[in-house]
Amino acid sequence: MKNWGYSIHKDNQIDLDRNDTSVYKALILVEPSIARCISCGSCCATCSSGEYTSLSFRKIMIQISRGETKDLYSNLSQCMLCGKCILVCPRDVNTRNAITKLLQILTTKN
Amino acid sequence: MAESKKIAVIGGGIAGMEAAGNLVNLGFEVYLIERTNRLGGNVANWYCLFPDFKPSSKVVEQLKPAIQNKVQFRFGAEVCKTEKKGNKHLLHLNDGEVLECDAVVVASGFSLFDAHRKEEYGYGIYDNVITSADLEKQLAENHTVMTTQHKAPRKIAFIHCVGSRDHKVGNAYCSKVCCVTGVKQAIEVAKMHPEAEIYSFYMDLRMYDRQFEDLYMEAQTQHNVRFIRGRLSECFENADKTILLKAEDTLSGKPFRLSVDMVVLLVGMQADQSLKHISDMFALKTSDDRFLSVADVHTSSIYSGVEGVYLAGACTGPKSIHETLNSARAAALSTAIYLNQN
Amino acid sequence: MKVEGKARIWKNYQKEIPDNDFFYVRSCVRQNFFPGAETTFLRIMKDELGINVYDDPAHTSCTGIGYHADIVPFDTTMTVVARQFALMTEKGFKNMIPSCITSFGLYTEILETWEHHPEVLEKARKYLKEATGRTFEIPENLSHASDVIFKFRHKIAERAKYKLINKYTGKPLRVVEHIGCHYAKMFPSKGVGGAEYPYVLTGMVESFGGEIVDYPERRSCCGFGFRQYLVMANRGYTIANTKKKFDSMDPYKPDCIVTNCPGCPMFLDKGQYAIAELEGRVYGDGKYGIPVLTFEELAGIVLGYDPWDIGLQVHQIPVEPLLDKIGVEYDKSAKYKGIGGRDLGKPQHSKLIKAYIE
Repeated sequence: MKNWGYSIHKDNQIDLDRNDTSVYKALILVEPSIARCISCGSCCATCSSGEYTSLSFRKIMIQISRGETKDLYSNLSQCMLCGKCILVCPRDVNTRNAITKLLQILTTKN
Repeated sequence: MAESKKIAVIGGGIAGMEAAGNLVNLGFEVYLIERTNRLGGNVANWYCLFPDFKPSSKVVEQLKPAIQNKVQFRFGAEVCKTEKKGNKHLLHLNDGEVLECDAVVVASGFSLFDAHRKEEYGYGIYDNVITSADLEKQLAENHTVMTTQHKAPRKIAFIHCVGSRDHKVGNAYCSKVCCVTGVKQAIEVAKMHPEAEIYSFYMDLRMYDRQFEDLYMEAQTQHNVRFIRGRLSECFENADKTILLKAEDTLSGKPFRLSVDMVVLLVGMQADQSLKHISDMFALKTSDDRFLSVADVHTSSIYSGVEGVYLAGACTGPKSIHETLNSARAAALSTAIYLNQN
Repeated sequence: MKVEGKARIWKNYQKEIPDNDFFYVRSCVRQNFFPGAETTFLRIMKDELGINVYDDPAHTSCTGIGYHADIVPFDTTMTVVARQFALMTEKGFKNMIPSCITSFGLYTEILETWEHHPEVLEKARKYLKEATGRTFEIPENLSHASDVIFKFRHKIAERAKYKLINKYTGKPLRVVEHIGCHYAKMFPSKGVGGAEYPYVLTGMVESFGGEIVDYPERRSCCGFGFRQYLVMANRGYTIANTKKKFDSMDPYKPDCIVTNCPGCPMFLDKGQYAIAELEGRVYGDGKYGIPVLTFEELAGIVLGYDPWDIGLQVHQIPVEPLLDKIGVEYDKSAKYKGIGGRDLGKPQHSKLIKAYIE
C-alpha cells in the first residue's frame, strides 16, 4: 500500500443495516421498562456521576438501540448505582436495574 | 311558522354532514352541496381511527341518519358564482341551478399534501414509498399491508411531518393529527406483522389529546416501535427494491442510515384548492397558511366575519374528527342564532 | 423504480437552451485532466451540427476554484466574470456556454445576485470599467455545454456510428451518470430535469441507446470540494466521498460512468487508482476498474471519432473494455502514439490496477 500522507477516512454514520443491536435486544428482555424511555434527559441532569464523567443514561439508551457500543462498558462503570435517576424518571424506567443488567450482559458477552 | 329559512352547506364530508344534520334538527331547510357523488369526504377514505381503532366507515354511517331523506342533496355539484340579494345568498351551481339561501356553512374540508412534491423522498418513483393515505387504502381493501413485490414487510419506516412544518413546500404549520396517525398505523402494522421492525422518524411527537400518549406508550412497550428523532433527508432505492433512508439521529448527533422494505410518508393537511374560489366568492379572508381566517380565534372560531357565512371543520385548519364535529355543531348553532335574530 | 415518476418531475424542470450562436468559455482544469473533451465538443458543434460557436482565447479563469477555496473574494470573482460577459458582448454574442460546471454555477449565482440586488450589478459595472475600461451586457441565456449536447442529442444519435449497446449481449450498456454539484443543486430550476433527478446526462445516454443505473449514492458529491482536496491533509476526506460512491454503484455492475463536470471525472477516474493503492480495492471487473467518460467523449465515441484523437489514452482507467463492448473499431497499438506517430511512452502499471490493456 502506498503512503501519501493521508488515508481514506472512515465515516461516522450510524448504519443500522450493519450495526448489531443484540445488546439492546438482550436488555429489553430482562428490563422491559427501557422501551418507555423518551430521551428527556432527567436522569442525566440528576446523575451524581454525569457531572464529572461521560456517563449519560440517555445517550446509552440511544447508543445501544442503534448498536453503537463503543466505550459502553467504561461509560457504564462510572455509575455509582445511587439510584437517583429512578426517582426523577417520568416514564418510570428502572434505570438503575437497566445499568446493572447491561453490565452483566456485556460481561457475559465478552 | 312561516316558510322555513334555507341554508346551504358546502361540502359533504363529516363537517358538512354534522352541520347539516344539526340544522335540520333545528328546523331549517338545508341544501348539502357535495362535489363528488358520495358522503364522508376524507374520513371515508380512512380505515381505522385513532385513538380507539374504530373503523372510520362507522363514523360516516353514524352521521347519515340525521340527514338522509332530510336534507336536499346536490351531488356532483359545485358553487360557481354567488350573488347577494338583500340578506340572501344566491348560489349558482355548475348545472345551472340557483339556490337562494339565508345563510351558508362552508365545510369544504382539506386535501392531503401531495407527496410527489418532496422530490427527495421518491414518492411515485420508488415502488415501496407510499403515503399514510395509501396505507389506509391498502388496509381498507386487504386488511393487511404488503410491499409492491407482494411480500410481508420485515422493516417499515414511518416518516412524520411530510408536507407539514415545511416552509419550502409552503406549509409552515403543524397538521396536528399526523403524529398520532403515524403511531396508530405503526401499531396496526405491528399487529399484522409482529416480526417486523418498525421505525418512526419524527421531529417532535405532538401527542396533544386524550389517549394519544397512551398510544405512543403502547407502540413503544407492546410493539417495540423504534422512534428516531430526525427528519428524513432523502430516500434511495437499493438494488433489491428496499429503500435506503438517510436522516440524522439527532439524539446521537450522527448521520443515520437504514434500509427498509417500505416507507410510509405521513402526509399533512392543506387547504383544498377549491378554497381559494370559495373565499373569493364570499369575500372571506384567508391566512398565510391558505386556510380560512376566523372572526376571533378564541371566541368566534366558526364565524367568517362575513354576515351569514359560518365555517365548519378543516377549512379553518387541521382538525381531528371530534374537533371537526364540535366545530360543525358550533357552526350550526351560531347559524341558527343568526337566522332566528334576522 | 417507475421512470414515469421521474418524467413527471422532469416536466417541472424544462430549460430554455438556444439553438445557435454560442460564446464558449473553457474550463481551467479540463484541458489538463481530459484534454480531448473540449476539442471534441467544438468538433461536434461545428462539424456535426453546423453550429456557430466562438472560442475566445482572451477569456480567463472565472476564479471559481479560488472562490470556492476562500482565496478570491466575491467582488473580484464578480468583476472577472463581468469581463467574460464583456468579451461576449464585444464579439456580438448573447448566449454563453461554460464548459465547466463550477463556472456555470458561479455565473448563475452572480446573475441571480444581480437580479435580486441591482446595486451589486452596478458595483460590478463600475469595477470592470475602472479596471479595464470595458462594459458588458448580461447574457440572454446561460446554458452549460452539456445542456447544448442534451438539446441536440437526437441529432447526434441520428449521425452516430455506434450505439451504447453491448455487442456481446445485445443489451443496453449500463451507465452511471454523475452530475457536477454546481450544475443544479444550488439552483434546481437552472438544470435540465432539476437537482434530485437531473435529466441532462440521462437523456443523452438514453438517446445513444444506453440505460441509466440509479444507485443510492447517486446524488452525492465526488469529494472534490475545492478547499478539501486542495489541502493535502484533507485528501483522505475527498477520497472517502469518492469511495462511498463506488461502494454504492459497484453492485449494479455499471459499464461506465459519464460526467458533466471538470473535477468529477478526475476524481472518479484517478480516484479508482488511489483507492486501489491505499486500500487494495479495485472496482468493476477487479482488474481495470470502471471507465469514466466526459459527456463530450461519450458523444465522440458514438459518433465514431478515433478514441485516441479524443484523448481517451490519458484516462487512468483504460477505456478499451468499454470500446470493445460497444464494438468501436480502433487501433490498439496507436494508443500511446502522438502526432506523426511519435512514441509517448507507456504509464506504469500499479500492482493492483492495470493502467492499460496489454
